[in-house]
Amino acid sequence: MADYRGIAVFCEIKGDKLLPIAAEGLGAGRRLADALGQDLSAIVVGSNIAGVAPQAIMYGASKVYAVDDPLLKYYQADAYVNVMEKVVKQIMPAVIIMGQTDIGRDLAPRLAFRLGTAVTMDCVDLAIDPESKRLLQTKPVYGGNAHAVFTTDTNPQMVTIRTKAMVATVPDSLRKGEVVNIPAGLQAADIRTKVINRVLEEVAGIKIEDAQVVVSGGRGIGGTEGFKQLEELAKLLKGAVGASRPPCDNGWMPDTVQVGLTGKIIAPELYIAIAISGSSQHMSGCSGSKTIVAINKDKEANIFRYARFGVVGDWKKVLPAFTAKIKEMLAS
Amino acid sequence: MNIIVCVKQVIDPEAPPSSFKIDAANNKAEMKGAPPVLDPYGEYAVEASLKIKEAKGGKVTVLSLGSGLMREVVKKPLAMGADALVLLEDEAFTAGDSWSTAGALAAAVKKIGQYDLILCGREASDTNAGQTGPAIAEVLGVPCVTLARKIEIADGKAKIERVTSGGYDIVEVPLPAVVTVSNEIGEPRYPTIKGIMAAKKIEPVVWKPADIGIDTSKIGAAGRRLKISRLFQPIHEGKCELAAGETPEELAANLALKLREAKAF
Ligand SMILES: Cc1cc2nc3c(=O)[nH]c(=O)nc-3n(C[C@H](O)[C@H](O)[C@H](O)COP(=O)(O)OP(=O)(O)OC[C@H]3O[C@@H](n4cnc5c(N)ncnc54)[C@H](O)[C@@H]3O)c2cc1C
Ligand SMILES: Nc1ncnc2c1ncn2[C@@H]1O[C@H](COP(=O)(O)O)[C@@H](O)[C@H]1O
Repeated sequence: MADYRGIAVFCEIKGDKLLPIAAEGLGAGRRLADALGQDLSAIVVGSNIAGVAPQAIMYGASKVYAVDDPLLKYYQADAYVNVMEKVVKQIMPAVIIMGQTDIGRDLAPRLAFRLGTAVTMDCVDLAIDPESKRLLQTKPVYGGNAHAVFTTDTNPQMVTIRTKAMVATVPDSLRKGEVVNIPAGLQAADIRTKVINRVLEEVAGIKIEDAQVVVSGGRGIGGTEGFKQLEELAKLLKGAVGASRPPCDNGWMPDTVQVGLTGKIIAPELYIAIAISGSSQHMSGCSGSKTIVAINKDKEANIFRYARFGVVGDWKKVLPAFTAKIKEMLAS
Repeated sequence: MNIIVCVKQVIDPEAPPSSFKIDAANNKAEMKGAPPVLDPYGEYAVEASLKIKEAKGGKVTVLSLGSGLMREVVKKPLAMGADALVLLEDEAFTAGDSWSTAGALAAAVKKIGQYDLILCGREASDTNAGQTGPAIAEVLGVPCVTLARKIEIADGKAKIERVTSGGYDIVEVPLPAVVTVSNEIGEPRYPTIKGIMAAKKIEPVVWKPADIGIDTSKIGAAGRRLKISRLFQPIHEGKCELAAGETPEELAANLALKLREAKAF
């Protein structure tokens, strides 16, 4: 056990840029590394990624392990699991941090079980137990109704972290670090699952994960027509339209705008929830918003336990008047 | 096609959050007044299996691990159209983590023998882990695709649309494989009267740890790698300011005023 040392962050990239989740992982990793008095390193995997290592160093890694191979251009489960298994066995970190992303969701459990250890998915808090020096892994369970704190006796201790749950390090271009290249050693035959196409269904306009204002509708909106009214308000506030799961399941809105545990995790300045009951699974995706506003006809709706401001009423009557009033205020 | 679908009995995730209670002494939770249900994503997995069966023919075997499994809950997939039900039912199987659960499920899969596809939900509504499927794949040494929204079978391969944050990937995987299913696969069908009658006649096969040749130190709470040290309810101080007014126009105007005062936009 004593052989496993340091914190390693699997840093996701897009093109040759570190993604925000990687900076958040390095932020969390830095705090754990300091608590343990051990090193923080980054693992970057991809193709043509020489430009990434300096960024990881800027964000706090003192060592960067880079695996650069054409077979790693896009995420393929088998390729990435094999490569990560190799890297982890070489560097033997005490803790591995990944993001709860498209990749992390798929890669982390496979890797954990391959390595004979465990992983806690979607952590919102990480700390070192002062006595045992083991990692305390806090994650929402029961759809967010509860939080559980997990520990493991096996190594490495693995976690994925929820987007926007951890504070990123302030980048510092003067930080120094070392880059270690590790060959992938992959054979094309190792890759059993093959991605044969990637389809993007991005909606026009601002993405909900980037918007400062999100106007979201739920089952009570009743159809596509209703969402047009939400769009009008969103446009006025230079924001984006989101939804709870039922409107996406019903095809009123694209799946890519679903907010929640199994959708997007967002934290805008203003979140306006219209005809959304406020299930714990939905709130998992938006409870980090600065101000939550609810319009719901049921005064007992759970959403009012999270909202800062609200109206109890029928959105069909309230929303047009609300949009008109906002328009008037913005004009004056 | 031989398809094995893993489903789990859980506390009702759609019950109002106010009925959610924690038994801190045992690190367990319950939904007061709401009976247990089939894990929703397991139900989506059942739906996926039935779509494949319709297209390709074959047999759907449902596999569930737990104790105190209510027959009306675990028989629901049969009423939806599945063919057989295997229960790993024993106190020793319970309170496991994804690892010990997957180990037992994989042992049962081996005993069932023939399989082309193993389907799981993308994540259970209680654990929110999303690990059991990938863990079964690792134990059995077969490939795994997560978050499926569409599954097509042809020439010993599955072509799968995998949900991503920006759309979906189209992934091809040789069979046998494990696939985890997301809600985008489509609403699970309702049991028909005929299905319910047929389900009544199907007796579940019940296996104990010894039946699948697995040591009790490897299953349930004893086989856990993740130790739970605390379970608690996060607190939300609900201090919502409701806008006042007699008419919708007044309500709306007052809400807008409050937001402006708070500089929320
Ligand atoms: C494992 C798991 C993961 C999940 N992940 C997600 C997720 O990521 N995101 C998500 O959203 N859900 C998720 N769900 C589903 C979640 O449990 C709820 O079913 C869902 O969030 C409910 O959506 P809703 O609030 O729109 O609908 P409902 O709960 O049906 O609420 C509709 C609301 O609209 C109000 N209403 C109706 N008509 C009007 C009107 N005319 N004017 C004003 N108000 C009106 C009603 O009072 C009610 O409060 C998940 C579930 C599980 C089990
Ligand atoms: N006890 C169980 N019995 C059968 N299937 C299970 C069990 N636990 C988990 N699963 C399957 O694995 C999926 C994901 O569970 P989890 O890894 O706990 O999030 C579920 O949706 C089920 O399909």
